[in-house]
Amino acid sequence: MAVRALWDSTIGKKTVMAVTGLMMVAFLFLHMLGNLKIFFGATDFNAYAAWLRTIGEPFLHFTWYLWIQRVVLAVALVLHIVSAWQLSRRDRRARPVKYAHGLRPQASFATHTMRWGGVIIAVFLIWHLLDLTVGAVNPNFVPGKPYQAVVADFQVWWINIVYIIGVVMVGLHINHGFWSAAQTLGVNRPVRDVAIRATGTTVALLITLGFLTVPIGVMTGLVH
Amino acid sequence: MNLTLRIWRQPGPDAGGSMVTYQVSDVSPDMSFLEVLDVLNERLIRAGEQPVAFDHDCREGICGSCAMVINGRPHGPEQTTTTCQLHLRSFRDGDVIDVEPWRARPFPVIKDLVVDRSAFDRIISSGGYITSPTGSAPEAHSILVPKPVADLAFENATCIGCGACVAACPNGSAMLFTAAKVAHLNSLPQGQPERESRVLSMVATMDAEGFGGCTNTGECAAACPKGIPLSSIANLNREYLHALRAGRA
Repeated sequence: MAVRALWDSTIGKKTVMAVTGLMMVAFLFLHMLGNLKIFFGATDFNAYAAWLRTIGEPFLHFTWYLWIQRVVLAVALVLHIVSAWQLSRRDRRARPVKYAHGLRPQASFATHTMRWGGVIIAVFLIWHLLDLTVGAVNPNFVPGKPYQAVVADFQVWWINIVYIIGVVMVGLHINHGFWSAAQTLGVNRPVRDVAIRATGTTVALLITLGFLTVPIGVMTGLVH
Repeated sequence: MNLTLRIWRQPGPDAGGSMVTYQVSDVSPDMSFLEVLDVLNERLIRAGEQPVAFDHDCREGICGSCAMVINGRPHGPEQTTTTCQLHLRSFRDGDVIDVEPWRARPFPVIKDLVVDRSAFDRIISSGGYITSPTGSAPEAHSILVPKPVADLAFENATCIGCGACVAACPNGSAMLFTAAKVAHLNSLPQGQPERESRVLSMVATMDAEGFGGCTNTGECAAACPKGIPLSSIANLNREYLHALRAGRA
């Protein structure tokens, strides 16, 4: 009953977006930290990637944990996108006539990017999975050797550009999204507002800069 | 002062509308924005034309009637100021000023700048009250209300229901309005018995009226002539999720 009411209301759909968004932020933070292992060299990085498949053993079978996490994240992503899609349609219907003199004095750049930026992130994600998880679009992809695939990837100038744009869009998305999630979940209060905004911006910056160090490391020859 | 006004003219709810340009000359910087429209309307009536229809009542900033978007901002460029309290000294001689009605599907245009805001009335009638008979004003000390709670309730009770929040929101969301009413009533002792049912019912009505959702852009709070803060929306979300958890849905 409550779940139905939650999904049917605008506040409920925003709550779904907030919770799923925060789950994905937590994943991205860990993903980013793991990526930094590339600076310890091929053996360390590939061993880390292999270890990810053994999490939960012997209770869980080989790669089971990874698959559980993938399914959870995929469900979170689908819920996030479906909520955003349905809410955006409602929002556009609620404002059928635009102002002749349009002004949005409050909205930051990050706020403006949420919808089209979200679409860019989705497209980037598909390419990223095909490139470095499945390897379908990466001729240098060898299972069990992600280090070599990453290094070969970032030798190509346009892959760097695509990756940097994708990661920056993710950062902007989190910058608005983190604070927005706190607002939606009712966690935000006037005394916490500055701290929550600052935390969101810090998390967004850390995730963005952390991910960017890898292509920059390859481009500068630090990682080879 | 001489001004050029570009005003949305629309003869009726189902008729098409457009921006029409009017020159207003020799007006005083001390005139309110509504008085300029009065001057323009006198001229239009003398010339046998239809005057510009606009809502107004108290003209002292407390009734919330004077709804119009001036240069893209509900109630014009001044912070926490209604259109009736906006004076021409906020503009410069020779300015071109765009005047438009509130734009939101739940606020259909009736004529020119007048929109139908009864969707707000329906949100209120779905829970924006307490059902116990209140009678005359009670002795203030008979129910103790801590000062911070009284302050919070009063800050939100200043909402005049003008709809500037909806007009400012890119999603045409009524969250700030609903949030103000819920914060006002749910924070006070008298509002406690219906705390959960009130928020669930008011949000359901808000959604059913076709208002958009909140994307936390903050345009509403910036446009609010009474300075209802964005934190009221976080409070509304908190009350709503609390009510759902309490199983009152």
